[in-house]
Amino acid sequence: MTAALLLEQLINGLTLGGIYALVALGYTLVYGVLRMINFAHSELFMGGAVVGWAVLTVFPVHGVGAVALTFVTAMAVVGGFAVLLDRVAYAPLRRAPRLMPLISAIGASLVLQNAVFLWRDNQLPFPSPVSVRTHALGPVTVTDIQIFIIATSVALMALLTVFIQKTRMGKALRAVSQDAATAELMGIPVSRLIALTFFIGGALGAAAGVLNGLYYGSVKYNMGFVPGVKAFTAAVLGGIGNVPGAMLGGFLLGLVEALGVAFLPEPAWKDVFAFGLLILVLVVRPAGLLGENVAEKV
Amino acid sequence: MSPRKSKILAGVVSTAAFLALPLVIQDTSWGFVIRLLGVMGLYGLLALGVNMVLGYVGLLDLGFMAFYAIGAYTTALLSIHGWSFWLCVPVSVVVAMGLRALLGWPVLRLRDDYLAIVTLGFGEIARITLNNWDGLTNGPKGLSLLSSTRVPPLGFFGADLHTNTHFFYLIFAFFALGVLVSWRLDRSRIGRAWIALREDELAAQAMGINGPKLKNLAFALSAAYAGVAGAIFARWENFVTPESFTFWESALLVAMVVLGGRGSLVGVSLGVALIVGLPEVLRSDLFRWAGGIQAVNARYLIFGAILMVAAIFRPQGLWPRAADRAPRKD
Repeated sequence: MTAALLLEQLINGLTLGGIYALVALGYTLVYGVLRMINFAHSELFMGGAVVGWAVLTVFPVHGVGAVALTFVTAMAVVGGFAVLLDRVAYAPLRRAPRLMPLISAIGASLVLQNAVFLWRDNQLPFPSPVSVRTHALGPVTVTDIQIFIIATSVALMALLTVFIQKTRMGKALRAVSQDAATAELMGIPVSRLIALTFFIGGALGAAAGVLNGLYYGSVKYNMGFVPGVKAFTAAVLGGIGNVPGAMLGGFLLGLVEALGVAFLPEPAWKDVFAFGLLILVLVVRPAGLLGENVAEKV
Repeated sequence: MSPRKSKILAGVVSTAAFLALPLVIQDTSWGFVIRLLGVMGLYGLLALGVNMVLGYVGLLDLGFMAFYAIGAYTTALLSIHGWSFWLCVPVSVVVAMGLRALLGWPVLRLRDDYLAIVTLGFGEIARITLNNWDGLTNGPKGLSLLSSTRVPPLGFFGADLHTNTHFFYLIFAFFALGVLVSWRLDRSRIGRAWIALREDELAAQAMGINGPKLKNLAFALSAAYAGVAGAIFARWENFVTPESFTFWESALLVAMVVLGGRGSLVGVSLGVALIVGLPEVLRSDLFRWAGGIQAVNARYLIFGAILMVAAIFRPQGLWPRAADRAPRKD
């Protein structure tokens, strides 16, 4: 393999990794607060792409303003929808055995995916609001979209980190994540923070969905499933419930997968690779790279 | 007549009527029902397997179809090489159970929701592998048993089983055996230990129950159901492709068990009948008014809604096992 090809795959990996990391954050934030796998999160990613598609198709506008409008709309709509999803499908099951919210989440995932399927069962072309240029960096070529995806995902992650670390609400969120019951006793409005968590997770997932649409140029009702499982893998890899872990896991998985494509005989095997990695991490180090080994609370 | 006697009589009469049904309708326009019932029987076998892990031990498995696929491909490959069905069945069972035990050994230590994701991952690995290992599985084109001249007829004491009616009896013979095994296990020391683990793992272990060993037993044993069902499927369809074994099928199996009643054999059968039967109802004249969007396309949406509603409002299922019927003070 040549150095140029390696570098090219590195850039592809970072692009992919940015998308995985944004989706992984949604899994990890919800898990941190509720200790629950939001199985329907992959449909929020798909929903973001669909809303983005709708905005760009209904208002065929161009330029930077159009891109901003698409992101804001998709993130707001899907974030709000994620809060609704929690109220309908998960909130009634807060005190139920752990499997029940997961089963409800699988149901919600089926409902959302098939609602979109009934509306549009084909591949929808994602309009491009800007003309894409290709830059040559020495022997390597990079597109505008790749730079945009990496920049946007890093910016959103930086924003989230500042929010969690520096603001009052972020502090409350960390408190709830550490111990919800005690946080409640200290006067923190836990149920509002749960809603906030779903909103942020949904909005980040939606942003990833739009980025994915721009990157691959198409949207489909079942597009969420595979990236969803991979993003969950990324979250577990970094240590589920751990915010920097999800970012690290996302980029790491993106890189591993992009390099895997270069080495594997058949690109389809890259999914086997990702899922195999998930099993391996869970078996060898279930707490993930940055997670702490926490004893099960009885 | 005592209530017990009349109950037995009703059971015998309805079983006899059920078994006579294919002979009555096989030459009428209702013949398609035989095939539908056969499909229900196959899903019933699979659901019994899922019930063993989800119903008895409380482990969520989202990749059960992988073992159905392994059973089906094992039988398809062996049949093409001239193996008799009656040898394929035990080999399929052993291969499915072996692979499952191999998966279960490391992952059963994990928390229950992690286990769900690991099984999902394994299910996808299996499907993608079948789709891409062209040399062995012929990839997405699938394996056809009809294109091989070496597949032996499915003989049974001199008879050659090949019609839907034949398969109906074959499937329900295995289904009855499966129910018997589940029922006897449920009432054994092992079954009681499983339920104890489901209810409170810590307390069960404190009582001397070997948690990992018994979980692994249920996990491996459940694959036997998938192996048998896969073997029958391969010989009935004469064709296997990776696309029959998607994640959503695994999710449907969970839906059948949760809807019917986890751990309840009657409940699970009911869940299978409702979920396999629903598309037929949606396809029928009853739903002609919804013809604008073919109502049957909405079936997965309805399955999803059923799962959510069942989880939230009736987690014990439509026909719970006797012990789950009494209100518990949690």
